[in-house]
Amino acid sequence: MKKKEKKIYERPLIRPLNASISNKFGRRTEWLPLTHIDGIPVVDLINEFGSPLFVYSEKKIRDNFMMAKRAFETRYPKIQFAWSYKTCYLNAVCNVYHQMGSWAEVVSGFEYEKALQNGVPGDKIIFNGPDKSKHDLLLAMKNNTLIHIDHFDELYLLTELASSSKSKPRVAIRINMDTGVYPQWDRFGFNYENGQAWEAVNKILMNDALDLVGIHTHIGTFMMTPSAYAVATAKMTELAIQIKKKFNHIITYIDMGGGFASKNTLKGSYYAGADAVPDIGEYAEAITSALLNAGFDRNNLPFLYLETGRALVDDTGFLLGTVLANKRLADGRRATILDFGVNTLFTSFWYDHKISPAQEMGHYAEETILYGPLCMNIDVVRDAISLPPLKPGQHVVAQYVGAYNITQSMQFITFRPAVVMIDREGRSHLIRKRESLDYVQKNEILPSHLKKLNW
Amino acid sequence: MKLKKDIAISDSGFLFNPSSGDSYTANPIATEILKYMQSGFSNEQIIVSIMESYEVERSTIEKDLFDLESMLSNYKLTR
Repeated sequence: MKKKEKKIYERPLIRPLNASISNKFGRRTEWLPLTHIDGIPVVDLINEFGSPLFVYSEKKIRDNFMMAKRAFETRYPKIQFAWSYKTCYLNAVCNVYHQMGSWAEVVSGFEYEKALQNGVPGDKIIFNGPDKSKHDLLLAMKNNTLIHIDHFDELYLLTELASSSKSKPRVAIRINMDTGVYPQWDRFGFNYENGQAWEAVNKILMNDALDLVGIHTHIGTFMMTPSAYAVATAKMTELAIQIKKKFNHIITYIDMGGGFASKNTLKGSYYAGADAVPDIGEYAEAITSALLNAGFDRNNLPFLYLETGRALVDDTGFLLGTVLANKRLADGRRATILDFGVNTLFTSFWYDHKISPAQEMGHYAEETILYGPLCMNIDVVRDAISLPPLKPGQHVVAQYVGAYNITQSMQFITFRPAVVMIDREGRSHLIRKRESLDYVQKNEILPSHLKKLNW
Repeated sequence: MKLKKDIAISDSGFLFNPSSGDSYTANPIATEILKYMQSGFSNEQIIVSIMESYEVERSTIEKDLFDLESMLSNYKLTR
């Protein structure tokens, strides 16, 4: 006699039906699974490379970049992208952008050396940030790098170095301004409205030790308002035109920085990010319209440099994880413990990440709090998400994690996971190994008197 | 654990508690367990019945049954 086939088990689940006022901003239940990434089963990736695991899609990186490039190049003739290293400086990710023609935008000596080692010529590196040592500046001068000056102390130091070395480094000044959004970013660069920016321009052009080739701004981060870029571009173009008038000096590029929002959902946002953030074309329209309407001589249009990072890479990264356990909290809420936490998914401090099951599930869902594996109260990946009942050993995929997680994740309590890139042919490549005890302890030095333990 | 006698359970997993007016939804396996409870099954009988019909280990259904009972108690559906 044929044995009766058993049904698939799913955790029993009951929840109250609330007949309250409907919430027009309600979020969907995350029961739709994400079982494959670029054609590779999530479970196969975890079996081969372990869990948790970061996965980048090379195809998606290239597609996003081409979309952004098209958005700007169809509107303005002189565009140059520079890959923002701090957003994700895995060499494999950087070199995808460099292969596509993106320069490097770095904000420290460490990132600068990384870009050089990746094969980026010195004159195709933009050196930003408030922390450039004398050594960094001398190296950047030697390599003909674009140095973006952040403050007067740096301006004076660079002028001194240039004068003593008899070279004329190519520089830009970073400018901060009121673009009508709050809070105003005035921490970096020279202020436009109070005359600081002009003071810096005057000092550079009167002294003649530095070659002022550009002006740079970066108006904020995760900017949801493209019109702020229009305001900023108008102020930048006005400055460039006035510099031409006053000093007969042509500014060859205007660097509008980055800050374009990705499709992530900011904590406290009513709408899911995918429904709320502007399309890259809207940013492009705001910036390029202001540039074209500024009144530049058409034969001397400045280049537009862009340093967008997050908007290009966020949705190309995935974090695969595994359910460790389930528990019921004192107030009846369900809690699920994952093998990745805020140490690995650092951006969960400010995003409600989209987290999907990695296998087919039933459609009954329960409000769940997602904890990471750390023995720390702060380790909350999502404080409320409607998920089907996940069992220990089952997998989940956190989406839109490509920006600021590799670079900001912490080696805390446990190791940082491996990173894999799936190429355009659907082959997976290990691009960063999982950390080991040897790796973590490599730079530790134990004094000899502490080596012996007397148990 | 015993369910309150007057709890109405539909085959589709809709529960109604006439004494409070509250309603609930249960997934298919929880509905099955609730019906066993209404029929007076002991926990052991429920576990055996579920293991006969579903691909599940005893430890899993034991943990999950305990969890379901705590939720029923939390929702004041038990006596």
